[in-house]
Amino acid sequence: MTPLLSVQGITKRYGAHIGCADVSFDLYPGEVMGIVGESGSGKSTLLNCMAGHLRPDAGAVVFDTRAEGPRDTVTMSEPERRMLGRTDWAFVHQHARDGLRMGVSAGGNVGERLMAVGARHYGDIRGKAVDWLERVEIDAARVDDRPTTFSGGMQQRLQIARNLVTGPRLVFMDEPTGGLDVSVQARLLDLLRGLVRDMGLSAIIVTHDLAVVRLLADRLMVMKNGRVVEQGLTDQVLDDPQHGYTQLLVSSVLQV
Amino acid sequence: MTQSPEYNFAYLDEQTKRMIRRAILKGLAIPGYQVPFASREMPMPYGWGTGGVQVSAAVLTPDDRFKVIDQGADDTTNAVSIRSFFERTAGVATTTKTQDATVIQTRHRIPEAPLGEGQILVYQVPIPEPLRFLEPRESETRKMHSLEEYGLMHVKLYEDISRHGHIATSYAYPVKVEGRYVMDPSPIPKFDNPKLGDCPAIQLFGAGREQRIYALPPYTQVVSLDFEDHPFEASKADHPCGLCGAEDSYLDEVITDDQGGRMFVCSDTDYCEARQAAGHRGKDAA
Repeated sequence: MTPLLSVQGITKRYGAHIGCADVSFDLYPGEVMGIVGESGSGKSTLLNCMAGHLRPDAGAVVFDTRAEGPRDTVTMSEPERRMLGRTDWAFVHQHARDGLRMGVSAGGNVGERLMAVGARHYGDIRGKAVDWLERVEIDAARVDDRPTTFSGGMQQRLQIARNLVTGPRLVFMDEPTGGLDVSVQARLLDLLRGLVRDMGLSAIIVTHDLAVVRLLADRLMVMKNGRVVEQGLTDQVLDDPQHGYTQLLVSSVLQV
Repeated sequence: MTQSPEYNFAYLDEQTKRMIRRAILKGLAIPGYQVPFASREMPMPYGWGTGGVQVSAAVLTPDDRFKVIDQGADDTTNAVSIRSFFERTAGVATTTKTQDATVIQTRHRIPEAPLGEGQILVYQVPIPEPLRFLEPRESETRKMHSLEEYGLMHVKLYEDISRHGHIATSYAYPVKVEGRYVMDPSPIPKFDNPKLGDCPAIQLFGAGREQRIYALPPYTQVVSLDFEDHPFEASKADHPCGLCGAEDSYLDEVITDDQGGRMFVCSDTDYCEARQAAGHRGKDAA
């Protein structure tokens, strides 16, 4: 089986400082990978390198494209990479405001990716937007409201709808539950888990919240100082941490 | 009128005109592409047509016959002052007749009378970037143009329909040029959009404050953007002209008293006067 995404020796430096160093892993179709670590451990740098927002200094990110099979996205041309970014890839930002157009209605936000890949029938676009709002549990009557009138949790769900409308195969998520209160977090996680299973999505989730990866991720990678210190099945890593830092991380979670 | 001796021909120095002509030629070579140019300070405020004036100055020759219109009219402040500016600094002949003019500088209209080969239409452009109100970053809009990522333009039209039930953008209606660049046609009413395409005259667009020039060579394909189920419509007020009775021209609504009295008149004064001279009369004609 060909991996959907094969990350090979990704390294990113900020001058003398290391962003992330020599990270390699394979992600198979339908798999959800969690990346955890403390602030500054290089999780977000790694995610941005994989999603093409940052150019890594070394390494390859090989994606199994629909048309041409495995291609290195680091060396492919920018138009091709941006095309991937709005068809087969999706990126969910930590702050919904970074991923939404706040001045455009909810329907327009969801429809943007459709129009970006050539949809030119208003009725169809709107129908799909309404359908997706319902799938992420937003009242269809709010299709013409701007995201500024939405709560934080709704904005995050709208961002997810906007990303999934073109049926991507790989979703990058950067702290998707950050900044939300616990009950809203729980609903969002529930929704994400359902969507990932229903659509057979592969996902890479960066978070510092171990509960999120416990619920969503099949596999887990623990990062510290830009390097991967431990990786394995989620339950295995969390229940039987081997590396000193992972042990510290697992034991720092507050028990209620 | 003769040219005032204190000025170089058409106000600008020859090096500046050369620089602007280079930008114009590049714009003509890549229809719809916004060419940056080193816009000069002009003796008028930004927003009054500094871009159009610089383009006109660069294309004028002593043999040209110059016409200026503002919202279609030859006799409004902007038109009168720009016309007298070039009478004084270039000494060129001026006219109000569309057919007689070789260079026409315009603000917000395309003349009703069909343009011909050998004519140049110069537009004054306030904001040349059609994507500006959706994407404020210039670096990003340039990338979108270069990679032909124009989905965002349809988001604007989508918003129009979702809010008003139809495409409510009635001026500065975005167009696609030769299947490549999306272009802002300057704030002309969308009634004029069909005249942009396949036009025998050269069309030049100058934005002074934003320092951009773009162009449509003669007989260029220009398509107004739309949705399959909400096609583009060139709209105008549903009345005949009150003075000349024309039913095919773009109309201004003029309030005539405090009792709600109003009349609709051609915004193109030259077209209206020519029709009246030929004996056409509307219902409000004296």
